[in-house]
Amino acid sequence: MNEQLVLSVLVEDKPGVLARVSLLLARRGFNITSLAVGPTADQGLSRMTIVVNAPELEQVKKQLHKLINVVKISELDPDSSIEREIMLIRVKAAAGRRSGVLELAGIFNATAVDVAANSITFLVTGAPAKLNDFLELIRPFGVMDLVKSGRIAMRREPKARKLKAVG
Amino acid sequence: MSTITGAQALIKALEHQEVEVAFGIPGGAILPAYDPMLDARFRHVLARHEQGAGHMAAGYAWATGKVGVAVATSGPGATNLVTPLADALMDSVPMVAITGQVPTQAVGNDAFQEAYTTGITMPATKHNYFITDPEEIGPVVAESFHLAITGRPGPVLIDVPKDVLNARLEWRDPGPISMPGYRPTFEPHPRRITEAIRLIESSERPVLYVGGGIIKAGASEALRSFAEMANIPVITTLMGRGAIPDSHPNALGMPGMHGLYAATTAMQKSDLLIAVGVRFDDRVTGDPDSFAPFAKVIHADVDPAEIGKVRVPEVPIVGDARRILEGLGEGWGDRPALDIDKWWRTIEEWQRKYPLRFDQTADGPLKPQYVLTRLREMADDDAIVVSGVGQHQMWASQYWGFEQPRRWINSGGLGTMGFAVPAAIGAKAGKPGQQVIAVDGDGCFQMTCQELITAAVEKIPIKVAVFNNSAHGMVRQWQRLFYNERFSSSDLGMDLPDYVKLAEAMGCVGMRADRAEDVDEAVSRMLEIDDRPVVAEFEVDRDEMVFPMVPAGGSNDIVLTGPEDL
Ligand SMILES: Cc1ncc(C[n+]2csc(CCOP(=O)(O)OP(=O)(O)O)c2C)c(N)n1
Repeated sequence: MNEQLVLSVLVEDKPGVLARVSLLLARRGFNITSLAVGPTADQGLSRMTIVVNAPELEQVKKQLHKLINVVKISELDPDSSIEREIMLIRVKAAAGRRSGVLELAGIFNATAVDVAANSITFLVTGAPAKLNDFLELIRPFGVMDLVKSGRIAMRREPKARKLKAVG
Repeated sequence: MSTITGAQALIKALEHQEVEVAFGIPGGAILPAYDPMLDARFRHVLARHEQGAGHMAAGYAWATGKVGVAVATSGPGATNLVTPLADALMDSVPMVAITGQVPTQAVGNDAFQEAYTTGITMPATKHNYFITDPEEIGPVVAESFHLAITGRPGPVLIDVPKDVLNARLEWRDPGPISMPGYRPTFEPHPRRITEAIRLIESSERPVLYVGGGIIKAGASEALRSFAEMANIPVITTLMGRGAIPDSHPNALGMPGMHGLYAATTAMQKSDLLIAVGVRFDDRVTGDPDSFAPFAKVIHADVDPAEIGKVRVPEVPIVGDARRILEGLGEGWGDRPALDIDKWWRTIEEWQRKYPLRFDQTADGPLKPQYVLTRLREMADDDAIVVSGVGQHQMWASQYWGFEQPRRWINSGGLGTMGFAVPAAIGAKAGKPGQQVIAVDGDGCFQMTCQELITAAVEKIPIKVAVFNNSAHGMVRQWQRLFYNERFSSSDLGMDLPDYVKLAEAMGCVGMRADRAEDVDEAVSRMLEIDDRPVVAEFEVDRDEMVFPMVPAGGSNDIVLTGPEDL
């Protein structure tokens, strides 16, 4: 089985850079599970968080490094990084069944962002595992629609690792 | 301050890079650039097909070590460049291609002659640029040349819309280059050199396995010196032929699918591969799982992605091949040469037992190997040989006997038929004082021979030896060996074209030989004529096969040395 790697890739904010990265990963046979991209605090640089199925970390990193617009690549080890994802999920919730849905949502800190006669749409944030747990538990109620943001991640400060309890 | 057009800026930027010659074909979108090109300080060679222009740029780059330049218009001009770009990427050839693009407002609208050039060429270039602002022209050209020639060399494409070429700007000489994501490692890490020396010192059956990286880095001298001081045999891949003189006592020649028995087997039995500027290509390794099973590996390359891609080395070294070999030489210091007589005697035994061989009888069919040995004998010592792809390529590599780097130009990685004629033109444009001889197959020749018109018109007197076996010889060989002699679509047949007439129609001198006794005369006439391109057709034995041979995907332990091994 291929491993899931989480890469945090700092790229120059140039046109076409997303295409270059995804083309390269496809060309080398690495499968992208999720990819999230956005600006950083530095002007001219963007950050990509790429979750990729690849047999070998070194090759992925080295191949990505060959792209001229890629500035820095770090692998994020789940044990020492913060990983978050956002999910919007629309669940069937006819009048009689609402309380069960809401109860579950409450436990997962899911916020109701849209309520209709027969459905509730929740916003859930958290580590990917939490989102998956929520999804599994809510599934029996009937999932009508679902969107995930893709994972974003950041290495923890070494100090924070010791006080891990947070979040 | 006075302004100039984007097109003028482009020409100025190319002049700034000291471009000597560009190869290309004009068309609508690139026309603005061709106007100031009339007054440029460099020459423009009008190719007959953009693929030809691209291979010319590659041939020029191989022969001179400088960046080759190709120019094409948008749409079909650009797509015709894709093959030479992919070829140059595989073989790490420094090249800059400039393509015109439809005007910025029309981009994305399926305008006439619009193709998504940067998209199409993204995986066929080291990097590419789409210019939207005329002010970018100077800096982008400077970056492109820098990218093309530094680190692992490769092709870079610049796509410029017509309106950007027509816009006005104030020219400024480009400042220093800053690319935060591009910092190729030049100096090898000293600790790695020490680790390598330690392995080499204690090896009993070492080989230096070297390739195109030596040629690109100008590392031949450092290679020879280190091989001599440590007493190590040297194997040169198809791309590395000439990295060490074939006449050098340490040189074992080419390994792999059609390599010399001694070279292939020395790697198989080796206990230490010192791999420099090579990429463990499948044509060298055969089945990678059974390749060099006893060997530890030191792998040195300027491209870190090549290290560990096929084989995980004991010692990885990232850096410039010349600096690495110099480092190994310095690290070796005054250690004595390795005492590996037994290894050398084993290798010499292989060489004695399994030399290259062919059998030319006085009245039998003409053997291509015979023609090559005569050609080698009679050509200038420093002649440049450019080859197509197929049997003739393998024979040329096997039989030529290369004494210097940059005398052997071929399409190794992509295996592009049609490479020879245009690449020879590019090489001759870069090295007008040297003999440039294309060794071509009849199949390959028919793909790009129209560039001989370019050669005749532009007075670039190359010599082409066409090895005519009326077949796609290499395909025929595989069909004979692996498809029960069912020769499906590999017969070029019917004695067409008439190569002598074709040559003459294209402004070249044409000649033909089909018997061994006529070869010398044809060769000497071909070499004599220096005011026009020459095409000499040699009608050779279509049943001759290339040996040695390791069947594709097979283990290098089993080398077929001749038909009797089948
Ligand atoms: C563009 C391209 N098309 C097809 C091939 C596949 N191919 C490899 S060798 C070969 C035959 C080459 O024939 P010829 O030029 O006559 O050389 P020979 O092998 O006869 O010496 C072919 C078709 C290729 N390498 N390149």
